[in-house]
Amino acid sequence: MSTLLEVSGVSVTFDGFRAINNLSIAIGEPELRAVIGPNGAGKTTFMDIVTGKTKPDEGRVIWGERSVNLLKYSESQIAKMGIGRKFQKPTVFEDQSVRDNLAMALANKRGPFSVLVWRATDRDRARIEELAEEVGLSDRLDDSAGILSHGQKQWLEIGMLLAQDPRLLLVDEPAAGMTPAEREHTTDLLKRAARTRAVMVIEHDMEFIRRLECRVTVLHEGAVLAEGSLDHVTKNQQVIDVYLGR
Amino acid sequence: MPFDIPRNTAATKRSFLISNPSVLWFMGLLGLFTIGVTVLSEGFGLGLISTNLVKILGMTLCLCLIAIAMDVVWGYCGILSLGHFAFFGLGGYAIGMWLMYARTEINIRESLGRGTIPPTELEVSEAVAAQIFGVVGSSELPLIWSFAGSLPFQLAMVVLVPGLLALVFGWLAFRSRVTGVYLSILTQAMTLALSLYLFQNDTGLRGNNGLSGLQNIPGALHVPQAVISMWFFWASAFALGAGYLLFAWVVSGKFGSVIRAIRDNEARVRFLGYNVEGYKLFVFTITAIVSGIAGALYYPQAGIINPAEIAPIASIYLAVWVAIGGRGRLYGAVIGAAFVSLLSSWLTGGGAPNIDLGFYRIVWTDWWLVLLGLGFVAVTLFFPKGMGGLFDYLVRKKP
Repeated sequence: MSTLLEVSGVSVTFDGFRAINNLSIAIGEPELRAVIGPNGAGKTTFMDIVTGKTKPDEGRVIWGERSVNLLKYSESQIAKMGIGRKFQKPTVFEDQSVRDNLAMALANKRGPFSVLVWRATDRDRARIEELAEEVGLSDRLDDSAGILSHGQKQWLEIGMLLAQDPRLLLVDEPAAGMTPAEREHTTDLLKRAARTRAVMVIEHDMEFIRRLECRVTVLHEGAVLAEGSLDHVTKNQQVIDVYLGR
Repeated sequence: MPFDIPRNTAATKRSFLISNPSVLWFMGLLGLFTIGVTVLSEGFGLGLISTNLVKILGMTLCLCLIAIAMDVVWGYCGILSLGHFAFFGLGGYAIGMWLMYARTEINIRESLGRGTIPPTELEVSEAVAAQIFGVVGSSELPLIWSFAGSLPFQLAMVVLVPGLLALVFGWLAFRSRVTGVYLSILTQAMTLALSLYLFQNDTGLRGNNGLSGLQNIPGALHVPQAVISMWFFWASAFALGAGYLLFAWVVSGKFGSVIRAIRDNEARVRFLGYNVEGYKLFVFTITAIVSGIAGALYYPQAGIINPAEIAPIASIYLAVWVAIGGRGRLYGAVIGAAFVSLLSSWLTGGGAPNIDLGFYRIVWTDWWLVLLGLGFVAVTLFFPKGMGGLFDYLVRKKP
C-alpha cells in the first residue's frame, strides 16, 4: 500500500472562522478509510479542498506517485486526475435517464468537441450495464433518475463515481436516509470498491462505520484528533469527550 | 412531478432521425409551408399572398432561427442570455454594409458614367462615401467600411463579428464564473452598450439613421421585389431547416446530456471532470453565430436596420418567445417565436379590429404589450412547459 493522497499542514479560514486547522491526513491505495467527527469538524471542507472547490490559506495537498500539487488545479482537472466525489445530498441529473447519467460519468474524453461526436461503443454500453448491475439498477436503466428512490439515487451516484474509474473516492454520508437493507448494500459496494482503490467515507453513523471494518480518522475543530481502528479511537478519552459522550 | 425522458440518447443504439421523430415532422412541415407560400406567392405562383406578407413570413422564419439558438443557450444550457439580439443585429449590419455600399456604387457609376470622362476609382469611392454618410454630415469612408464592397468579406463578417464578440465576452464572463441573474444583467449591459455605441454618428454606421434600402440587392436591382422576397424566403426557410438539424443533432447526444446537466447543477458536472466553462463558451458562441446568420437574412427583408433593433428590449422579447413556446424543446421555440411575432404584427399593424366596449375602446396597439405581459406571466405560472408542452398531451408516451 503506497500513499496516494497526502494532505499536510492545511488551514483554511472563512470570515475569521478556522474551518480547517493545520490538518494532516494521508490515504494509501488501496485503502478504505472512515472519517468521523461532530458537526463543524471540517469534514466537508476537507473534501472541498481535496477536490479543488476551496483553496486553503496554507498547507500542501500532494497526489500520486509523481507528487502533483493539487492546489494548482481546477475541479474538473482534479476530477480527471482520478478523484471522484459523492455529495452528501444525492446529486444526480434528475431529468435524464439512469443510462445517460452513467454515460456522462464514463471515463471517456471530456472536451466539448469529442463529446459532440461521441456515440456509445459496444464497450461503453457493456460498461454501463456492468455498472448498473454493480449498484443494483439494472432494470432501471431507461428510467428517469428523478423517479428513483432516495437510496437508489445514492447508488446511482456511487455508480457514476465508479464509472469515472477514479483512484480515490470521496464519499460524503452515503448512508444518510437509507433503510437498513439499503445500508447493507451500500456497505458492500464501498468495501468492494476499496479492494482496488482508495475510498474515504465521511459518516456520522457508528453502526455503519463498524460494518466497514476499516481504519478510522476522527476530526475535531478542523484537525485530526485520533486515528486507528474503531475500537481504538472509541476508547480514546478525548474522542469520548468531544463526540461520543455528548 | 412528470419527467420528460428523451428516448433519443447517444447511449442507446439508434439512428439520429429515427430516435428524433420531431425533427422529421418539423422538416416535413417546413417543406410544406415553403411550397405552399411559393405556390401562393406573387412572384412564382397564384398571387394570393402579397409580397409584403411573404416578407413578413420570411422574417418570421429568421426569428424562429434565432429563437432555437436562444432555446439551446437558455432552455438547454441554462444561460439566460439577454444579448442574443445584439448578435442578430451585428449580422444584419455586416450584410447591410455590403448591400448599401455596392448598391450606391452601382448608382454612382451609372450617373458619373454619363459624363464624357470616365470617373477615377477615387472619385467613385468619394462619391459613394458622400452619398452614404452625407446624412451624418461626413463624406469620409470610415475604416470599417474598407472592404464593404466585397461580398465574401462582409459574409465572413456576418459569422466572425458575432462569433468573436461572443467568444471574448463569454470567455471573460464564464471564466469569472458569473452565473444566473448576474450573467443575464451582464449580457444585457453588453447589448445596451453596443446599441448606444451604434447610436453615435462617429461609430461609422450612420448613427440612428442605420442602414437603409437593404431590400435592393446589388446585381439584381431590376428584379421585382415579388421575386426577391421569395429568394429570401427560401433562403430563410433553408437556414431554419439547417439550423434546426444542427441544433437537434447537438442536443441529442452526450453533448446535450452534458449541457442539460450544466443547467441543472454545474458544480456537479465539474466534479465529473467536465470543463463547464468550455462547454458554456462553445454553446454561447455557436448560438451567437447562428443568430448573426439569422440577422443577415432578416434585415434585407426588413429593408432597414438601426441601433434601436439592438436595444435590450429585443433580446427580452426573444426570451419571452422561447418561454411562451416552451423551453428545452426546439420546436417549442419555433412555435413561440412564430406565434408571438405574427400575433404582434397583426395586432400592432392595424390588422386586428379594435374592440368597442361602449365605455372603453380597446386599441390593440396600446394593449398588445399588456396582453403579452399577461400571457408571459400566465405561461410561467400555469404552463411552465409552454405551448410546446401541449404536444405531451397529444403524443401519449409509450410505457
